[in-house]
Amino acid sequence: MATEFHNLQELRHSASLANKVFLQRDYSEGTTCRFQTKFPSELESRIERTLFEDTVKTLNNYYAEAEKMGGQSYLEGCLACATAYLIFLCMETRYEKVLKKIGRYIQEQNEKIYAPRGLLITDPIERGMRVIEISIYEDRGSSGSCSGSSSTSGSSAR
Amino acid sequence: MSAVMITRKVRKWEKLPGKNTFCCDGRVMMARQKGVFYLTVFLIVGTCSLFFAFECPYLATHLSPAIPVFAIVLFLFVMAMLLRTSFSDPGVLPRALPEEATFIEMEIEAANGNVPAGQRPPPRIRNVQINGQIVKLKYCYTCKIFRPPRASHCSICDNCVDRFDHHCPWVGNCVGKRNYRYFYLFTLSLSLLTIYIFTFAIVHVVMRSVDSGFVKTLQDTPGTVLEVLVCFFTLWSVVGLTGFHSYLISLNQTTNEDIKGSWSGKNRLQNPYSHKNIVKNCCEVLCGPAYPSVLDRRGLTQDDVPVPASTTTQSNSVPQTTKTTAPLIPNEHTPDDAKSSIADSAIAHAEKISPSPKEEKPPTPAKVPPLASPETDVEASIIIAKEKAL
Repeated sequence: MATEFHNLQELRHSASLANKVFLQRDYSEGTTCRFQTKFPSELESRIERTLFEDTVKTLNNYYAEAEKMGGQSYLEGCLACATAYLIFLCMETRYEKVLKKIGRYIQEQNEKIYAPRGLLITDPIERGMRVIEISIYEDRGSSGSCSGSSSTSGSSAR
Repeated sequence: MSAVMITRKVRKWEKLPGKNTFCCDGRVMMARQKGVFYLTVFLIVGTCSLFFAFECPYLATHLSPAIPVFAIVLFLFVMAMLLRTSFSDPGVLPRALPEEATFIEMEIEAANGNVPAGQRPPPRIRNVQINGQIVKLKYCYTCKIFRPPRASHCSICDNCVDRFDHHCPWVGNCVGKRNYRYFYLFTLSLSLLTIYIFTFAIVHVVMRSVDSGFVKTLQDTPGTVLEVLVCFFTLWSVVGLTGFHSYLISLNQTTNEDIKGSWSGKNRLQNPYSHKNIVKNCCEVLCGPAYPSVLDRRGLTQDDVPVPASTTTQSNSVPQTTKTTAPLIPNEHTPDDAKSSIADSAIAHAEKISPSPKEEKPPTPAKVPPLASPETDVEASIIIAKEKAL
């Protein structure tokens, strides 16, 4: 699955990159990780507003879950302190577990919703958790015929 | 246009800007000047060694064996916290990539409007409202980002650090969001260790003097004098520092904010990050979630090394990666189910061309003339792919 997605990304590079939109952080509730849900005007013709807002809201919920101050995070903190934080050498922190879930969610959203519309979401962790980068690709209609034939011959050979 | 570019894999830490030094293949991250850090380690290890050599045998037999055991535990905890503070990423924010920097510049220009020629453009500041308070975010010209709230640029390490507290030469690193709690626990445990050693050194001298006399005691255990001296001078600074940071934590402030007087109360500015509850503030700073590093230090990236065309035959020994070269199969106007078949065909196509099992190779375009050997085949595909990219 990871290989396939990586190839999907490489395939994306062959379509021409038209623009990139950057969704900024929303600091209204403090320094916890939250992104603005404002719908960028560049995406108006490419994707439905509700789908986009759903994606961003789900991501915000994931980050809120990761940074939640509650019983579990205090327990993890105190246990780690008691072991002089050596336990982090063998155990994954809750934040890291949620980041993996976020990675999988973004991959799934790209495959199901964004790639068919010529868009690609980059995981915020690759941009320092500062922005959600959405790459907008141009639709190349019928160009690249010789490569197109090699792809169909490849798929028919299977 | 005819230069051959050989790409090789390097770890991302090798290409990071900023003035940090990295060790253990990117696992350890420190500031450039480490001299004072070595002094700290020397002082702690040296004083504790003297304590274990001179005081502990006497105290273990005459008082309790728990004394050296507790000292060992405390010493190990202090060293663990020191190394954790010094070696971890303090919360460095990576610099903006060119597209993001351009996007931000365009936003700034749109916000500023037309500046008449000859006039200085207004300072780049973004106002955000946090918990009902207006906070100004400054633009960092080095990192080309608007700094998040509480972030600051460390001029010594040349990085923007999230929740920047201060740059500590004693630990040889910045103190920021990710390592502040380790820094605090280091100062706290070091205070305890210093008080512990100081107390038991005095107790030891007193007990021994009762038996043998003061001068003879000092002659028997000369290390004690050194320990008492070091501990005496360390006590004032470290205990004071611990007290200061305890005060900051209870108010959820950073040293940087305290020095600048950001929330001192003038202009009715209050700390928007404080929960107005000492316990909650302490819990957030000390027991909050362990934030991951956003600097992918050990990730792999490509390094393009230009090789003159005449030496292509010798370049077989250079390990090659093919992730950069763009495959030439398009993916548009196909629904989801065709994508997996395209991906599979890309892999199958690549495997047919080159027998090398380990690396992914791009499919060669139809225009490539038949070539003799697999190695030159791959090189030719790299050349052609690069020329096409140009």
